[in-house]
Amino acid sequence: MYSKSINKAEDDLVDYTLFLADSSLIMGHRLSEWTGHGPMIEQDIAITNIALDLIGQARNFYQYAAGMITEIQGKKVTEDDLAYLRDANEFKNLLITELPNGDWAKTILKVFFLSVWQFYFYQKLIYSEDKRLSAIAEKSLKEVTYHVKWSSDWVIRLGDGTEESQGKIANAIEDLWPYTGEMFMPVEFENNLKNSVGIDVSSIKNDYIEKVAAVLKEATLYVPRESWMHTGGKKGVHTEHLGYILAEMQFLQRAYPGLEW
Amino acid sequence: MDHIKQNIPNLFSIRVEEIWNILSSVNDPEIPVLSVLDLGIVRDVKVQDDFVEVIITPTYSGCPVMDFIGMNIRKVLSENGFRNIKITHHLSPAWTTDWMTEAGKEKLRAYGIAPPVAKTFDKNYFETLKIECPHCYSLNTKIISEFSSTACKALYQCNDCGEPFDYFKCH
Repeated sequence: MYSKSINKAEDDLVDYTLFLADSSLIMGHRLSEWTGHGPMIEQDIAITNIALDLIGQARNFYQYAAGMITEIQGKKVTEDDLAYLRDANEFKNLLITELPNGDWAKTILKVFFLSVWQFYFYQKLIYSEDKRLSAIAEKSLKEVTYHVKWSSDWVIRLGDGTEESQGKIANAIEDLWPYTGEMFMPVEFENNLKNSVGIDVSSIKNDYIEKVAAVLKEATLYVPRESWMHTGGKKGVHTEHLGYILAEMQFLQRAYPGLEW
Repeated sequence: MDHIKQNIPNLFSIRVEEIWNILSSVNDPEIPVLSVLDLGIVRDVKVQDDFVEVIITPTYSGCPVMDFIGMNIRKVLSENGFRNIKITHHLSPAWTTDWMTEAGKEKLRAYGIAPPVAKTFDKNYFETLKIECPHCYSLNTKIISEFSSTACKALYQCNDCGEPFDYFKCH
């Protein structure tokens, strides 16, 4: 939907920013599906607050990307164009964010796995040579810290709870674990930027695994081993679920182009 | 010369002060007892000739009232005769409850919301802090949920008077 720059580094930075924007937006959109359906009102409010934080973070990244693309192609692109007018193969979100919410245990575990990754990722991104990415990381980190705390408490509560709750969170681990590897498998634009504006994802993998293992142990849950992992999200190769999310999320803007609130 | 200079009122600083005063009348739409200055959202005011720039920072990334607050700032400044106004959003340094004024915290308490208790965001901030009930001042309270009516608050309940209340989280 937008033209590429002749400068490879500029293109990489746009892709990198969109990867972070898309991951936050799709996760935020998924969590917002719980609105009015949470197991109790306080947790309904909690999950929608987290969705709001994520969509806010996505907006910060999209606004930055839109500014860069506008400059590259000399034609105005807005944050809304990027969220509502790109097709599935242009989205670069991590696959775990687009998976269906499933039951409460699966949703909690999705929030936990993603938040822990974001926590370590943003801690490094604060030191980016790119001032704007650094500022967004600094802002997002505070919110994500709270998401880690909230989701960790829930993983422990479910794992160390009843036989039924433990069974549900154990199933969720089995389903979601193969989607966590993608977080630490860099694609081309990440490799190109890892020594300048981006981060080296391999440097946060140990912290991630340690934190996840510590919480799962406290939850009396089995800690998964290294296994085969799904990839593709960052390259635009998605599960069938993303198309359905976009169909719903983008409907209004596609049916009524240019509509504003 | 120096003597004369000192006696000329500094028009520039008077105008900046005037703007800060005007901004103290802009309230947070979701917590109307707090002004944008009490919250520490306004980071800087710049004036050059007839151009005014107000730099604000969001409390939370997804805070839905930021655009509204920007609009209200623009509105009061226009009402006070300013024409050339720019509202700039800055993300860094990230907003913290440390920037909330003491007067703001008192207003929160009087409004029935417990103000943030710790001074800085640090690792210990999640540890068991005693949150005072804004109704009966008891410290015997418990957390009901880490999130409440807005992203910036948590839900507590007082074990003594039984009243639930909002707590403005340290951030």
